[in-house]
Amino acid sequence: MLAKRVIPCLDVREGIVVKGKKFKDIKNVDDPVKLAKYYNEQGADELVFYDITASHEKRKIMLDVVERTAEEVFIPLTVGGGIKSIDDFTQILRAGADKVSINSAAVKNPQLIKDAALKFGSQCVVLSIDAKKVDKKDKWEVFVNGGRINTGLDAIKWAKSGVELGAGEIVINSIDTDGIKNGYDIELVKRLSLEVDVPIIASGGAGKKEDFYQVLSEGKASGALAASVFHFKEIFIDDLKEYLKSKDIPVRR
Amino acid sequence: MIAIIDYGVGNLKSVYKALLKLGYNSKITDNPNEIDDAKGIILPGVGAFRDAIYSLRNKGLISTIKRNVNNDKPLLGICLGMQLLFEKSFEDGEYEGLGILKGEVVKFKKGMVVPHMGWNTLEINKDSKIINYINDKDYVYFVHSYYVKAQEDDVVCWTQYGNEFPSIVQKDNVIGMQFHPEKSGNTGLALLKAFGEMIQ
Repeated sequence: MLAKRVIPCLDVREGIVVKGKKFKDIKNVDDPVKLAKYYNEQGADELVFYDITASHEKRKIMLDVVERTAEEVFIPLTVGGGIKSIDDFTQILRAGADKVSINSAAVKNPQLIKDAALKFGSQCVVLSIDAKKVDKKDKWEVFVNGGRINTGLDAIKWAKSGVELGAGEIVINSIDTDGIKNGYDIELVKRLSLEVDVPIIASGGAGKKEDFYQVLSEGKASGALAASVFHFKEIFIDDLKEYLKSKDIPVRR
Repeated sequence: MIAIIDYGVGNLKSVYKALLKLGYNSKITDNPNEIDDAKGIILPGVGAFRDAIYSLRNKGLISTIKRNVNNDKPLLGICLGMQLLFEKSFEDGEYEGLGILKGEVVKFKKGMVVPHMGWNTLEINKDSKIINYINDKDYVYFVHSYYVKAQEDDVVCWTQYGNEFPSIVQKDNVIGMQFHPEKSGNTGLALLKAFGEMIQ
């Protein structure tokens, strides 16, 4: 049976893992390669590196991090953050990543999804969407540039067109729940899981084990992504998987 | 030395690194002489069937692969590399494969989320040296939208996704894995270790 995935996300700035709340208050945490190895031993199903390095010159540091990780960790590795071109894809995949996640650049230039899927295959094109509920009805809009700019795009429609263009997986990050640690945006994740036929990975809001259970059962997500609860050792991946298994969620152990 | 065949697709480096971790010497190559000199061959693959088979043909590697297989050299096809070993594929049309194994490549039935992406279990169908170090129901990492309809006698392991499909096949010296052993954690490394031992 296909297992539900537990995915730690490592925000990396100039080679160091950092974690903030609601995209702000960033503080340093750890060495990415060391953390990657630790999570692998704990039973992480995949790893995501998200590059939040601001300057273009320092982006090469990320390639080195990916390369060193791929030498020691033999589970799928996704890299995102600031990817704008096919050339960026080529460099990251060559360094040893399996998937590349695109966000703002895909909104500005949807053709990038298509070009990347044709060149490297849909399986390595992950469309990451930052979404925020805009009124009381079930409507979420897509935000870009680290959650600062509202594009006015409907998140569900954008996910669907991304898949039509060739995205093989969607990561949906709720700006409303991110960093609050009070659970994932179940309604949003569920809507996407029912309406989009590629795997949906939920992101933003994990605070306790029950939140993972809820998004993987009720929310119908293929996987749940989280950062700080793992980094600050509030939840251990092996404990989490034990708990999910006890609740009849299929997990790899 | 194990030759990892380079035909312009896929992340070959992760296969190379996994073998290195196990202490096996390998080389990423498209040179027929180096492939002839190798003790074992890995045919990796990510991408589309049509492009892959064209690329193998353009590089003149089809006869090299068949010659080595006929000389009893162990060959491991991974993901698309496994699918290429079969007679025919229906991925976006109808294309002839290498025909080393009997069967054809078909799409998952409608209504299934594709790609079949993530960790799924191996269910052992028959014994083989390739599964020496793993257990029934161990998890491995899959990413694919098509699967192989193979001869039941050649199926070492099945996996369930909508229907059951062959996840490890073997006929004599030829092995195929539909998943990515190089991305399947310790279980994947254990399978590659067993492949390496077939070569010694």
